[in-house]
Amino acid sequence: MSIQEIAIPAPRAITTEPRRSDKVFRGVVTAGGLSSLLLLGLIALFLGYRGFEILRQEGIGFITHSDWSIATDDAGNVIESHFGLAAMLVGTILCSLIAVVIALPISVFCALFLNFYAPVWLKRVLVTVIDMMAAFPSILFGIWGFLVLMPSVEYWAKLLHRYLGFIPVFDMQVPVFTRSPFIAGVVLSIMIIPIITSVSREIFSQAPLDRIQAAYALGATRWAMIKAVVIPHGRSGVIGGAMLGLGRALGETVAVFTVLNIVFQINWQMLLGAGGNVASLIILKFGDASPYEIKALMAAGLVLFLLTLVVNGLANLIVKTTGKSGR
Amino acid sequence: MSSAVTAVPTKPWKPSHQERASDIAIFLIAMATSYGLVSATPMKGKLAYFGCFFLAYAFLTSVFKARQRGSAAAKDALVNSLVAIGAIVTVIPAASILATVVKKGLPGISFGLFTHDMALATPTDPLNNGGLLHAITGTLILVAIALIFSVPIGILTALYLTEIKGRFTNPIRFLVQAMSGVPSIVAGLFILSAILYPITKAYSGLMGSLALTILMIPTIARTSEEVLNLIPNELREAGTALGGTQWRTVAMIVLPAAKSGLVTAIILGVARIAGETAPILLLTGGGDRVNPNAFNGPMGSLPYYIWKSFNAGSPEAITRAWAGLLVLVGLVLILFTLARFLGSRKAAK
Repeated sequence: MSIQEIAIPAPRAITTEPRRSDKVFRGVVTAGGLSSLLLLGLIALFLGYRGFEILRQEGIGFITHSDWSIATDDAGNVIESHFGLAAMLVGTILCSLIAVVIALPISVFCALFLNFYAPVWLKRVLVTVIDMMAAFPSILFGIWGFLVLMPSVEYWAKLLHRYLGFIPVFDMQVPVFTRSPFIAGVVLSIMIIPIITSVSREIFSQAPLDRIQAAYALGATRWAMIKAVVIPHGRSGVIGGAMLGLGRALGETVAVFTVLNIVFQINWQMLLGAGGNVASLIILKFGDASPYEIKALMAAGLVLFLLTLVVNGLANLIVKTTGKSGR
Repeated sequence: MSSAVTAVPTKPWKPSHQERASDIAIFLIAMATSYGLVSATPMKGKLAYFGCFFLAYAFLTSVFKARQRGSAAAKDALVNSLVAIGAIVTVIPAASILATVVKKGLPGISFGLFTHDMALATPTDPLNNGGLLHAITGTLILVAIALIFSVPIGILTALYLTEIKGRFTNPIRFLVQAMSGVPSIVAGLFILSAILYPITKAYSGLMGSLALTILMIPTIARTSEEVLNLIPNELREAGTALGGTQWRTVAMIVLPAAKSGLVTAIILGVARIAGETAPILLLTGGGDRVNPNAFNGPMGSLPYYIWKSFNAGSPEAITRAWAGLLVLVGLVLILFTLARFLGSRKAAK
């Protein structure tokens, strides 16, 4: 039996072609991954499609006028209608800005405390409490805000009006303090403090340790170290966190609806009990809306969707770019 | 025998007795000042005490440190007080909310609450009429259906971002984050416009679940992505080296290794949507009797029950709302604790 007689098997083909199971797997996973893209697209598409008629009829007036009225004849046909979101948009932005203005300093101080001041056990407790607050349902904030917080906040509002009334935003002609944008802003600020705190904490904890220790070695006090190292490092990240909070505040529905008095008139006086909110408008009008008015609500939803999408997108971009540059 | 002299370890960074005494003295003086200020001026209330105490304490410590060590130390002391106040102000609402829910909710909790529905009662009836069985079953069904849709999509999205890393990775990561900011009411309106009006034309539990799915996907996807990123690459390489295809590697090695983290992601998703109210108000119709069929007829749920009772406005109804809130918060907190427990156990390994 000679060597030549042994049949040499043909060499196995080496290929980078994935097997069929892998192709299926990659296809399924990619499809799942793309579904979020699809969903966001569908949301914009359907709200736009339903609200198109109203948007075309009102034109730019949909976001610059502030009257919301619909007149029908006995058969239910629409005779005349005016849909304008201006007052609601102004109210939404006002409430959210109040919330961010209150929440931002508190959250930043709290995040600094957690990272650089608190002992480990206290930090663990506080982080748990803050994460827990982020998980509370919004209806809880709404009802708590209405029944427990509102009397106190009304009192604070009266103080602000009496002692700081010369500043235009604290001024008001009619002393009606109940259910004002200020109260809604305070409730919203409590809801977004956990968000801004955890984002800021994350950013601050990425501050370069060598520079922190260098600052201490040079004899810096804790505050001097924070001012020289942590704040320059985390500034834009904190801004991103604040914008994430703003995005949450803009879209909040139930908590705002329970504490805010909705009036179809542009009002920049934050202590006056007359505000507006796009999301709350939808809840308010949905119950007894005719099919025609529903279309207007869909258009309002589209405006709200785009607004929060832009704010959130910007916020994420800012947070992401800071996270990279810090390392 | 010479007595060995051992150096006693010193801790120069520890505050000395004198420093402790001065700290306590400043604290007491600040309290006395706030008390004096509040009783001397027309200010009143907890806020006044709190504010005066804080101002007095910050002022006194700064002045003390300034005399002792100069202006840098004074600024440091001032910031010390500020960050402490930040932490306290953050915790107060959480404590107040929990205390209020327990205090006001407990009187409304009874055994009958969990065995009856509201079919024969209205929110303004006395408390021993009716209960929230329909709401609890409704919420469980809504969440279960939302889980069926959102878990596969959420985990597949996370797998795409971590395992496939294809062309769309960056846009998808961006969009998932943007999606987590979609207001809940917009999700509700979307289901309303895309499915309820054109197709089913009736309120049902399924519609609510679909809206909750949209809200749940980003939470699950983002948390799962973080978990899957923590799985060491060696495991994937080992799978490939043993001749496994990518599908086998992911299914047999990566996913089992990430199991507890994925469960945490799902629990966090459930905690996120269990109390969602706005889309529920738009889509489910909020029935008053136990309805196990999610495809047909209005379905009650805890948020809807709370909302309805709260808006009915009578003292009994408000107590019902608080009781409902207590049950809901209890549910969310149990889920939250579970998620943290699983998460910390994973980290400990």
